[in-house]
Amino acid sequence: MGYLGEIFVMAMTAIFIQNFVLSRFLGLCPYLGVSKKLDSAMGMGMAVIFVMTLASAITFLIRKYLLIPFNIEYLQTISFILTIAALVQFVEMVIQKNAPALYKSLGVYLPLITTNCAVLGVAILNTKAIRPDGVTAYNFLDAVLNGFLSGVGFTFVLLAMAGIRERLEFSELPESMKGMPIGLILAGIMALAFYGWMGFKI
Amino acid sequence: MRFFSEINKGIIRDNPIFALVLGMCPTLAVSTSMKNAIGMGLAATFVLICSNMIISLIKDVTPAKIRIPVYIVVIAAFVTIVDMVMAAYLAPLHKSLGLFIPLIVVNCIILGRAEAFASKNNILNSMADAIGMGAGFTLALMIVATIREILGNGTWLDFRVLPKAYNPMLVAILAPGAFITLGFLMALINMLKARK
Repeated sequence: MGYLGEIFVMAMTAIFIQNFVLSRFLGLCPYLGVSKKLDSAMGMGMAVIFVMTLASAITFLIRKYLLIPFNIEYLQTISFILTIAALVQFVEMVIQKNAPALYKSLGVYLPLITTNCAVLGVAILNTKAIRPDGVTAYNFLDAVLNGFLSGVGFTFVLLAMAGIRERLEFSELPESMKGMPIGLILAGIMALAFYGWMGFKI
Repeated sequence: MRFFSEINKGIIRDNPIFALVLGMCPTLAVSTSMKNAIGMGLAATFVLICSNMIISLIKDVTPAKIRIPVYIVVIAAFVTIVDMVMAAYLAPLHKSLGLFIPLIVVNCIILGRAEAFASKNNILNSMADAIGMGAGFTLALMIVATIREILGNGTWLDFRVLPKAYNPMLVAILAPGAFITLGFLMALINMLKARK
């Protein structure tokens, strides 16, 4: 299997088979909170893809060149979350200064991403993940790619959810089902649909 | 008597899961069995109590601008302690909770209580708030886990509840079951609230 094939396998796994939201239960707060409108879901999705890709790259380097050489791997949680918090703050400042138009559309979502468990989740999962050949650990490129693809998977289901919820606005529901309950049940049905991909060995 | 009213508040009126809708990821992910639910609930409660106490102690010396990173470091320190203690003494539980122990750091309940309560109140009330919120979180986890474990496995805390002939509804243990169970529970709570 060439490298292109491996990328394909990783993409299918991250987006469909092991979707971050629907089968790993990561990033549920934005999934349920920001999926009321298609525009804001799009903004949140883009911001998450961006931060997840960057965070995967930086946490990988920190682990390889700081934590492992100095034998302080037990500081992984603290160092990763601090890096992510600083990164989000930094990205926010850079975008605000250099791309005001982008900041207007992404700005409000960036601070929320620090506490999005999908970002810390992908960083920790990257340290444990194994490449498609089944033996070696992820290298730098794999980690970045996995971060990007997991972000795409997150955005994919977020957009699908927002599309459904926009239509739900016009449907007649029992009073007690409105809002969060129906959102959760919808997510359940979507997760059921995604189970069609389970056991799909590539 | 404020101490007890703060504890009470977190369990019912401001229940972190059912009323505030915070910390959804661990709720859905680890509620597959009662054992996991109790383990996760106690771990989160411990972190919540310790971090609330420390944050309430240092609230006057923390500059407002960098308060969030400071809170995160305090929380992450306690999460690391829990992670290491669990790995040493409760290895099977540690393994089945897996990724969700380090992810207690980004549990919105803990940072949310630090920001909304502990940074404004004295240590005793912050502790009460943490105990209440932790108990509420654990209780909610246990309710979801009870339904899922009984339906999906026929057992409760590893005791067989339903007869052997019962064919387990596997979907309750899988991811979709988590969403659907919590959805119906919330609808039920909304209904009860509306009736009052």
